[in-house]
Amino acid sequence: MGTGSDMYRQQILDHYKNPRNYGELEDPTFSHVGENPMCGDEIRMDVVLDETDDGATIEQVAFSGDGCAISQASASMLTSTLQGKTVDELLSMERDDVTDMLGVDISPMRIKCAVLAEKVAQDGAEIYRGDADGEKTTIED
Amino acid sequence: MSHQRVEPLDVEAIRAEYPILDQSVDGTPLVYLDSAATAQTPDPVVDAMSDYYRESNANVHRGIHHLSQQASVAYEEAHDRVAEFVGASGGRKELVFTKNTTESENLIAHAWGLRELGPGDEVVLTQMEHHASLVTWQQIAMRTGADVKYIEVTEDGRLDMDHARKCITDDTAMLSAVHVSNTLGTVNPVNELVDLAHEHDALTFIDGAQAVPTRPVDVEEIGADFYAFSGHKMAGPTGIGCLYGKEDLLAELDPYLYGGGMIRKVTYDDSSWGEVPWKFEPGTPPIAEAVGLHAAVDYLEEIGMERVQAHEERLAEAAYDALSAIDGLTIYGPEPGPDRAGLVSFTLANVHAHDLASICNDHAVAIRAGDHCTQPLHDTLGVAATARASFYVYNSVDEIDPLVEAIEDAQALFG
Repeated sequence: MGTGSDMYRQQILDHYKNPRNYGELEDPTFSHVGENPMCGDEIRMDVVLDETDDGATIEQVAFSGDGCAISQASASMLTSTLQGKTVDELLSMERDDVTDMLGVDISPMRIKCAVLAEKVAQDGAEIYRGDADGEKTTIED
Repeated sequence: MSHQRVEPLDVEAIRAEYPILDQSVDGTPLVYLDSAATAQTPDPVVDAMSDYYRESNANVHRGIHHLSQQASVAYEEAHDRVAEFVGASGGRKELVFTKNTTESENLIAHAWGLRELGPGDEVVLTQMEHHASLVTWQQIAMRTGADVKYIEVTEDGRLDMDHARKCITDDTAMLSAVHVSNTLGTVNPVNELVDLAHEHDALTFIDGAQAVPTRPVDVEEIGADFYAFSGHKMAGPTGIGCLYGKEDLLAELDPYLYGGGMIRKVTYDDSSWGEVPWKFEPGTPPIAEAVGLHAAVDYLEEIGMERVQAHEERLAEAAYDALSAIDGLTIYGPEPGPDRAGLVSFTLANVHAHDLASICNDHAVAIRAGDHCTQPLHDTLGVAATARASFYVYNSVDEIDPLVEAIEDAQALFG
């Protein structure tokens, strides 16, 4: 069997079947939606921030949407790690951080699925800060 | 069904001319079930193209020298040969080489649509159009103020012909319909659609990208004004497509693209155009690809398109039967029969189409997953993406087994 089968290790299937932090938050500080037009996957991220003079910390985060196992598991795992992180820490995350978190080799054609949630959270944070505008994130490459 | 009347294909002998199929992916023999996206290219076609580059390569039309004459004759004759293959009696006067089906659509939508369409005019499409036709006519309609109407698809994946009769009216200027749906596999009643449109003095454009590779097509018997298809889905190369058009219609249209090789006379102030098809083929055309397409047509005709169609129908039926036996699997499109082509789109409960394609890939089974360039149709079906297995002359019924195994593996993993 090929290398790709590694993509569906138990951890990913577990997060896909039992997503953590799934749903919408009642009063989010910001929320943002993004999609992967190639497969029609769409993810919404809701974030509640605890803002102090020292900066903003992510107090609560939830995601909702439909998609493949890779995009949904990635969103589930990301939300689990984001709580307690600062917005700066979120914004400094890179693609490798997501694939490291997933712990498997993601085939080149599926990398967009893996990084969708991270991109949605980051774009949402930038728009909230006023550093970017735009209504919806689209994963292009 | 027709396959009961024709001699079956010798798949083993056919496969010997496709060395690409004789390979393994991570130790598992490759099963290629993505021919509706692009078909593989047999040795005679590859050889024709490499012989052309080794022996006759030169630019066409303008050269007086030996090689240019050889290349020009080969390029020009390819038009006649492909025209003959689809029943166009006007030869090169009715057959333009383009880049692909999409460019053929764009050529007519621009050259005819921008000139003729305006407010009050209607372009009638089907809900199962490929984006090649749907996006093109949608955008040209927006630019000209024309309206677009869509003939609906029934529950069983066929065109609603009652709705077609309502859609096509005296305001219809163009009917553009897909001959064989690349998603549902439906073989549409194009003769009836063309007749309906002509009763209302509308022109007709048929997208034959999935039809010409898989069944006998006679454009004059269909009666279409325009008919488009691509080389790479019919054992030919990428980079070349075809536009058939009735001789008088093509003759009176102005070019869509401008440049060299298409002109009669040029001054600093004005230009006049050459004959069809050259006036629609500016710049250096796909010469090697035309030679390859000529070889592909020879290749398919030697097999016999009735036999190709029967083979496709046999595979579609076998795939349909094997897949519909899987719990939680939904197949889209009509049941097997004469109006069902050799491709099967499906979804599996609890498994996203892209995950399914990834797991199939682990089994070395190449299928496609996504919207297959029919996003609005997927919206109508209520799914974001489907998986699609498609077949060609080199596929055997046995290759459906590894597909089924892969699907069952996916089900076990996600169940």
